[in-house]
Amino acid sequence: MNTQVTIAGVTFRNPVMTASGTFGSGMEYSQFVDLNKLGAIVTKGVANVPWPGNPTPRVAETYGGMLNAIGLQNPGVDVFIERDLEFLKRYDTPVIVNVCGKTVEDYLETVERLNDTNVAMMEINVSCPNVKEGAIAFGQKADALFDITSKIKNVAKKPVIMKLSPNVTDITEMAKAAEAAGADAISLINTITGMKIDVNRRQFVLANKTGGLSGPAIKPVAVRMVYQCANAVKIPIIGMGGIATAEDALEFIMAGATAVSVGAMNFMNPYTTIEVVEGIEGYMRKNKVEDIKELIGCVK
Amino acid sequence: MFYRKKETAKVYSQTEIAEGIYDCLIETEAAVHANAGQFIGIYPKDKSHLLVRPISICDVDRENKRMRLVYRVAGEGTKEFATYKAEDTMEILANLGNGFPVEEAEGKTVVLMGGGIGIPPMLGLAKALNADKHIFLGYRDRYNFLADDFMPYGNVYIATEDGSVGCKGNVLTALGTTTIKPDIIMACGPMPMLRAIKKYAEENNITAYISLEERMACGVGACLGCVCKTTKKDHHSHVNNTRICTEGPVFDAREVDI
Repeated sequence: MNTQVTIAGVTFRNPVMTASGTFGSGMEYSQFVDLNKLGAIVTKGVANVPWPGNPTPRVAETYGGMLNAIGLQNPGVDVFIERDLEFLKRYDTPVIVNVCGKTVEDYLETVERLNDTNVAMMEINVSCPNVKEGAIAFGQKADALFDITSKIKNVAKKPVIMKLSPNVTDITEMAKAAEAAGADAISLINTITGMKIDVNRRQFVLANKTGGLSGPAIKPVAVRMVYQCANAVKIPIIGMGGIATAEDALEFIMAGATAVSVGAMNFMNPYTTIEVVEGIEGYMRKNKVEDIKELIGCVK
Repeated sequence: MFYRKKETAKVYSQTEIAEGIYDCLIETEAAVHANAGQFIGIYPKDKSHLLVRPISICDVDRENKRMRLVYRVAGEGTKEFATYKAEDTMEILANLGNGFPVEEAEGKTVVLMGGGIGIPPMLGLAKALNADKHIFLGYRDRYNFLADDFMPYGNVYIATEDGSVGCKGNVLTALGTTTIKPDIIMACGPMPMLRAIKKYAEENNITAYISLEERMACGVGACLGCVCKTTKKDHHSHVNNTRICTEGPVFDAREVDI
């Protein structure tokens, strides 16, 4: 039985990754999960310099999901390389670094710093709904996405994944722009912009007013968008959005994702990633699936 | 000792001790390793409510592996917990955060201050401290839950907002009616109370440890949801923000900007 998948020449032992921002750099969850059993570790977004993030409250629960407006708080790429990447060297699992920025130059600076490290791939975050400058501005217009993807591809020495926003009219236009600009893969979906109001206090629950919705509540939207993109582009897709179980992960894979990421559900159950890995293996055994690749995009 | 697991605990007993305040004893291995001031996370069983609820540890009975939780029903999660009866199970993530620096207070004059639902964690602390203890409890009204439980561990002073019991006012008003000169203050309660304690401690050059609260998603330091502003750059974040769940919830009041 083969659970390996390959994206842009990088082979992963299984298709189960962590979604950026929900797993730190693995340190916090390594007390629950053997990181050597994951397909890849996708780290929290990192910028060229430290970012303080948004005011609190930064998180709110919603029915079957949660809103967050962390605002990409991060210690900056230098600390990240010295501390987080050093920690991850203890494990034999590919590391995908999520890169964020306010300007094109910010992104390029971080990409260049990461070029000479042992990271396997870079995931470019042009879809965070919680920062006012940059980020999302590059991810909601096809020409802007094409432009930043081209510039990053020009300097990146590692394969580049563009992480797409669902907060667009037609996500396939974004997927096509990323592919045309040379992206090696795309990942989707980032969170869906949402809002929650506390009716007793007559106030927004989040200090940022809006936040990104994640969790099981968004899964059907995410599966649909993965399916649409899989039919629009040839580059591999990493699918995510509310994955809680192996069945959820298999939905994404059958819709056309080569790999999947577990996000908000890490918070609800720190063992989710491993349960998904084992559940996929169980499904393959039960259904006599020799190679996971048989399942990728099998639903037409 | 560091102990952290997601596990199924068993409810030993649960009673409502004041309106909307529940006193729950659970059986868990985590009780053996818990320090005063740490907290646990409880997961609602209703999966439309996904996030772990941070609940402070009130007290532990290490011998019988029991943990006492006293909490207020504040929303859908705690409303569900309040329905649990003896023998029911409870999904918990424990233990979380760091406790109060008990050793630092040894032999000193310590003022413990608890306000409202910040009172419960002060009980385990009052038991753990080997010091000259003065305990100030602030309530809204005459429903002084847990006050009697504190009696064996120090001099107890009560303040109520409506003046129905003890001193009318807050815990600092009550401290002002005494001649106690604390070496250290340890406190948990609503933010206005903690702000006032921070100011009082700074003006009087007293060390104060305060336990903070914020909306949390993961409880283990990964999501960066529950941060608090700090006066200096934090060693983990490299910005003036620190994680309440991981670096806290107890902080030296001088180090946080609240």
